[in-house]
Amino acid sequence: MEVVDIDARAAKLGIDWSQVNFDSIQLPPGEDFGIESDDEAVYQDDQSEFDTGFGNIIVVDHLPVVPKEKFEKLEGVVKKIYNQLGVIKENGLWMPVDPDTKMTLGYCFIEFNTPQEAQNAKEKSHGYKLDKSHIFAVNMFDDFDRLMNVKEEWEPPQARPYVPGENLQKWLTDEKARDQLVIRSGPDTEVFWNDTRQKAPEPVHKRPYWTESYVQWSPLGTYLVTLHKQGAAVWGGADTFTRLMRYQHSMVKLVDFSPGEKYLVTYHSQEPSNPRDASKVEIKVFDVRTGRMMRDFKGSADEFSIGGPGGVAGASWPVFRWAGGKDDKYFAKLSKNTISVYETETFSLIDKKSMKVDNVVDICWSPTDSILSLFVPEQGGGNQPAKVALVQIPSKVELRQKNLFSVSDCKMYWQSSGEYLAVKVDRYTKTKKSTYSGFELFRIKERDIPIEVLELDNKNDKIIAFAWEPKGHRFAVIHGDQPRPDVSFYSMKTAQNTGRVSKLATLKAKQANALFWSPTGKYIILAGLKGFNGQLEFFNVDELETMATAEHFMATDIEWDPTGRYVATAVTSVHEMENGFTIWSFNGIMLYRILKDHFFQLAWRPRPPSFLTAEKEEEIAKTLKKYSKKYEAEDQDVSLLLSEQDREKRKALKEEWEKWVMQWKSLHEEEKLVRQNLRDGEVSDVEEDEYEAKEVEFEDLIDVTEEIVQES
Amino acid sequence: MRPILMKGHERPLTFLRYNREGDLLFSCAKDHTPTLWFADNGERLGTYRGHNGAVWCCDVSRDSSRLITGSADQTAKLWDVKSGKELFTFKFNAPTRSVDFAVGDRLAVITTDHFVDRTAAIHVKRIAEDPEEQDAESVLVLHCPDGKKRINRAVWGPLNQTIVSGGEDKVIRIWDAETGKLLKQSDEEVGHKKDITSLCKAADDSHFLTGSLDKTAKLWDMRTLTLLKTYTTVVPVNAVSLSPLLNHVVLGGGQDASAVTTTDHRAGKFEAKFYDKILQEEIGGVKGHFGPINALAFNPDGKSFSSGGEDGYVRLHHFDSDYFNIKI
Repeated sequence: MEVVDIDARAAKLGIDWSQVNFDSIQLPPGEDFGIESDDEAVYQDDQSEFDTGFGNIIVVDHLPVVPKEKFEKLEGVVKKIYNQLGVIKENGLWMPVDPDTKMTLGYCFIEFNTPQEAQNAKEKSHGYKLDKSHIFAVNMFDDFDRLMNVKEEWEPPQARPYVPGENLQKWLTDEKARDQLVIRSGPDTEVFWNDTRQKAPEPVHKRPYWTESYVQWSPLGTYLVTLHKQGAAVWGGADTFTRLMRYQHSMVKLVDFSPGEKYLVTYHSQEPSNPRDASKVEIKVFDVRTGRMMRDFKGSADEFSIGGPGGVAGASWPVFRWAGGKDDKYFAKLSKNTISVYETETFSLIDKKSMKVDNVVDICWSPTDSILSLFVPEQGGGNQPAKVALVQIPSKVELRQKNLFSVSDCKMYWQSSGEYLAVKVDRYTKTKKSTYSGFELFRIKERDIPIEVLELDNKNDKIIAFAWEPKGHRFAVIHGDQPRPDVSFYSMKTAQNTGRVSKLATLKAKQANALFWSPTGKYIILAGLKGFNGQLEFFNVDELETMATAEHFMATDIEWDPTGRYVATAVTSVHEMENGFTIWSFNGIMLYRILKDHFFQLAWRPRPPSFLTAEKEEEIAKTLKKYSKKYEAEDQDVSLLLSEQDREKRKALKEEWEKWVMQWKSLHEEEKLVRQNLRDGEVSDVEEDEYEAKEVEFEDLIDVTEEIVQES
Repeated sequence: MRPILMKGHERPLTFLRYNREGDLLFSCAKDHTPTLWFADNGERLGTYRGHNGAVWCCDVSRDSSRLITGSADQTAKLWDVKSGKELFTFKFNAPTRSVDFAVGDRLAVITTDHFVDRTAAIHVKRIAEDPEEQDAESVLVLHCPDGKKRINRAVWGPLNQTIVSGGEDKVIRIWDAETGKLLKQSDEEVGHKKDITSLCKAADDSHFLTGSLDKTAKLWDMRTLTLLKTYTTVVPVNAVSLSPLLNHVVLGGGQDASAVTTTDHRAGKFEAKFYDKILQEEIGGVKGHFGPINALAFNPDGKSFSSGGEDGYVRLHHFDSDYFNIKI
């Protein structure tokens, strides 16, 4: 029954819901009035099987058939074999004897102390050759019923009829080509369309307590994953968000998708009861579509981290880093002195071996190829230089390496299409008291992978932020001293200089500490987050000009939508005040702002890469005018409609208000006499000014003294 | 619009009140002396000495002869406005939070806080014409269901027939001023979600505005208690006022005083925000205080308003001519 129907019926019967105490109603046990519970746990309970209690018993078949005299000897032999595999319970061995012939029947039952031992014994002794004609056939006692019921003839399995799934990509076919975003505030998780024409978000789906910690989109936007006590769940579908699959992993804390969203990695760690122990970590890898667990990893946190100097603070997420590309073929784990690379066909280590790299501290996959970059710091007090290397997987061949001297730290930044790798190197000065930074730039796609060294104009500048242009050949660096550092743009190839890096421009004294490139490149936001109160500068790197400057006071997060048309800036609940988000156009025009208390998270739904070829895209870019006309007309229609609606709404509000005021006025008039009486007959209400302002000059002589001034 | 800064109080302001003609402004603060100012130029006229605790609220009679004040020293006092003489003291065994004269100035409603074993209450007192004949008897005493929740404001409804109260329990109640019966209370759905901090009546007693820590102010019909409008802002609202001239409301507040020192003054948003009363849209803001705004009052002519802050200042603003031509 729909809620509306229920209400209607209640009204008919004269029931006031507010008077009904639902807790006092008790249904007869077992009665559900034909309403099926949607609590799936109820069904699971029904299906769960009880342990028979025979889990620790095995049945050993194909024993020799022996007469009574040899019984004890055989018993001795069997006991000897199985005592090696586990502890047999007292009187735990029973070898039935044919009461007529007094011969054994050729099998026996053995009861172990624990089911694990039984399982182990079964596995180890199945197929054991006592002699040529007696090869043991061992089964669990619990399996016996099942095995007895196996039909003599093989039946082909029933083919289940094909049920077409929902179109998981439906949101991409939105007529207005809008993007979706998810936000979490208070207990609610909401998915919106970013409708910039309406200057407001259009709700898609909202649920309170949808997740217990956070939500995350899959990398191609197909799924939304939520975290629960029992595990993770993914949601998606054509119209609303329905649950597509669940992944059981109790107390899951973190999740991560493979880039092609084939696999989901879940992570759970447990604080040790003894503070000196490392915390326990459990990681599971699931197949997203089937929900099958492909592999799980358990161990102490030490095994999943490189063990920093100041003790282990838990593993750094993601523990497993996925190789680039859409194949989801490899993933790697970094632990002390080893890099373990797994492949997803068998979910085992490549070549069954981890790679031993002494003291390796950081690894990074190329976003598109199966190339792993790794960094090893200096050792032996500088005797052994630091090293950055590129390793091809699965061959584990080192493609390129570079030794670096007096290095304090390295950070690796891959360009999004895997063409370049920038390594920011912090080196000690001669006195070793301070550091300065430079870059090593690798050109991956060129022959022999040439390396170029780049130093900033003032090499003592501190580097505050670095970012590659997505799919492009440029990068931006914030360098210099707070609070007004400089921002420089470099290009890996300019028209004059194809093989060398060259500087495009330096912007002096900007209030910025973070860089956000548009996902399509060309535009960048120079942002001053946190300490800079949310200064935003929208910059066009092609023209090298500022398009707009703005401020989202206290902004903590900035995220571009996947098309690069809009930007969301948000103040999350790290601040008490001003929680909420603002949507801007790419060129820095504020479109709308939504305030939400206890605002935790905002995430755009990613889009899969476009199917258009590069040529086609270029062609569209060239003939953009043709397309834009259509959209501009649509925009105008909508904005006309909106202003019309707005006018109507205002008119309605004004009329409503006038009505109230009229009502009040007449009441006020009616009550005039009563009021007069209350005031002892004083006539005036406030409405008429019956008094007149008069200016009165008032002179008061206070004191007069006479003084004779002597003439000199 | 250059404000006149009135520095006379040593502690945070708590309440501001204009007299009917709009030439006098009374201010209350957590120091013990309510102060009287010329509403035009901000000149200080005098003080009312006698309270021994923070003064929370005041009201002035229609003819500007009597002043009533409520203080944390567990008294409410009647004063002669002109001479500053103390005329009468109502003693309660709990701090008094708000005071309001009825139409005709023959009655006053006084609220007291929860204190030790005393529950919060609303008292109605008769005000004698001749202070010599004044007595301390309560005509009526009202209690809210949860006596531990403070009643922040109680005012008279139209024709003194009802009393409207609001406070920490988030509910607005309308009581019968004769019998003390609870007539109406605000719906939980549409009502405030946090403490109601302030309440301001329209000049003709037809509607009133409440401000709350839930960062909204709501406009209600005073007779039917229907919710008319909601104004949403970004900070807790401590003070509200209705313009008598234009369809404007002004809200003041700011970050909780205890958290003020943790951020810079811009983060606190100590602005008086103007909203269009009918469209519920923000018109503008007046900055200046460096602490939360605790009190707001419009001059009865609607051409100036004053704000009192946690910072101890009263800021008196005369509107520019532009203000009267705002179009949205």
